[in-house]
Amino acid sequence: MPDEPAVEARGLVKTYPLPGGGKKGRLRALDGLDLTVARGAIAALVGPNGAGKSTTVKILTSLARPDEGSARVAGVDVLAAPAVVRRLIGVVGQRSGADPSATGRENLILQAHLFGLPATEARRRADELLERFALADAAGRFVKGYSGGMQRRLDVALGLVHRPRILFLDEPTTGLDPQARAALWQEISRLAAHEQLTVVLTTHYLEEADRLADAVAVIDDGKVVAEGTPAELKERARARTLDDVYLHYAGRRFDMAEVTRA
Amino acid sequence: MTAVTAPAGAAPAAGHPLADTYYLTGRKLHALVRQPYVLAFSVIQPAIWLFLFGELFHKVIDIPGFAFHGSFLAYLVPGVVAMNAMSNNMWAGMGMLEEIERGTLNRLLVTPASRIAIMNAGVAEQAVGTVVQTLIIVFLGLAGGARYPGGALGVLILAIAAAAVGILWGALSNVAGMLLRSREAIIGVYTFFMLPLMFLSSAFMQPGFMPGWMQAIASRNPLNWEVQVGRSALSATPDWGGIGVRLGGLVVLAIIAVAISVTTFRSYARNA
Repeated sequence: MPDEPAVEARGLVKTYPLPGGGKKGRLRALDGLDLTVARGAIAALVGPNGAGKSTTVKILTSLARPDEGSARVAGVDVLAAPAVVRRLIGVVGQRSGADPSATGRENLILQAHLFGLPATEARRRADELLERFALADAAGRFVKGYSGGMQRRLDVALGLVHRPRILFLDEPTTGLDPQARAALWQEISRLAAHEQLTVVLTTHYLEEADRLADAVAVIDDGKVVAEGTPAELKERARARTLDDVYLHYAGRRFDMAEVTRA
Repeated sequence: MTAVTAPAGAAPAAGHPLADTYYLTGRKLHALVRQPYVLAFSVIQPAIWLFLFGELFHKVIDIPGFAFHGSFLAYLVPGVVAMNAMSNNMWAGMGMLEEIERGTLNRLLVTPASRIAIMNAGVAEQAVGTVVQTLIIVFLGLAGGARYPGGALGVLILAIAAAAVGILWGALSNVAGMLLRSREAIIGVYTFFMLPLMFLSSAFMQPGFMPGWMQAIASRNPLNWEVQVGRSALSATPDWGGIGVRLGGLVVLAIIAVAISVTTFRSYARNA
């Protein structure tokens, strides 16, 4: 099925119990979210905090199960065959998952082993990725001594060890300095262009979405409220920048949220 | 849909519990070996208890009817071993929380790694750490003049019983960490159980001197089973029947605790 989308989510609903909310007080994190990502695309999920971006990524990467709805990732039903999906995707979480008390190389080799790579291949793959992400000099150092940018590059390398078809990046550049951010952007574009990797990323930086993404989905209140290429979105909202698009679709919520929370 | 098979050129089958346990245990033990002082420092407190109590109460041994052949220091060793096994592994949940907060656990959960292997690695770490610390305490006792007529076999049995206690409390601490997601809760569990379970055992005093109700509790206290197993195994005349029953009880409890922690972990993994 060459034309099957990389990601196809239909009607995702996810609720979480609210602390102190009792039986009725459940937070509706996703409220019937639909999302399609074409193969080989870089798709950006943007939206305010709590809009449901991370929950969507968690469901698509088998870390959480939706209350309702269905999701296919790389053509495989995530709910029916999560173990199969895990082999086909790479995931870089919001927080660095690397083991700080191990070296960069050790982290990569362990990851490779967990994906079933034999010892020699695991070492070769680790060195290859260390080289590519400019971590070769730091390969034998403990990760706790890495800078934020180095840690993030290692996180992405960890997500790529097993040559996934789809790479999920949850806020990959949050907390990075502009230089490190630009370097990561470059690497992500390169991955999508040269390795036919589909990339799904969440971000707070509209500039990032504009620069990187072929497709942007604006998520608000647990739903996709607008989607298209950055150009299409700008045109539709009669906006000059993606920031304006964002405010156009998701902006109201800020005022309302302040009011209801008060 | 036929795409359920792995793509061409994909890695060979991973997710085998034994292989994954091996790799993940390697990660934990590596960290342990790299910071041996952590293990050594954590023995300082029990060592202080050992010598402080050994000095303070050394005349206890002379009470008519105390019925122990050896020094009070030797009497204390199994009790301090039990205390160490319990107190150090009760912090396991903290490590779990740290791995949750750091994102390490989620990173492992999105690999094909077997869920059981992820928990096994923790169990192996607790067992190895506890055995090493037990040997340190045994050696400190020896250096202080305690003698163990039961010999190497006795020490081995003491170490196995200590590992079972360590695994038991490590697993319960992990459950507390995963369910309550708070360090305060783990500290609460620790302070609630630690001293009562120690003093409701024969760690410091022969049960014969306890009031009836204390004896009743002590005989059902798993920590006390460990103390009794260790003390008997280290003596010149081990009561193998009693050792077998109590050690068996400890192993069963440890298995149950690990099963509970695996179940809790599975439910965590479904909603990470």
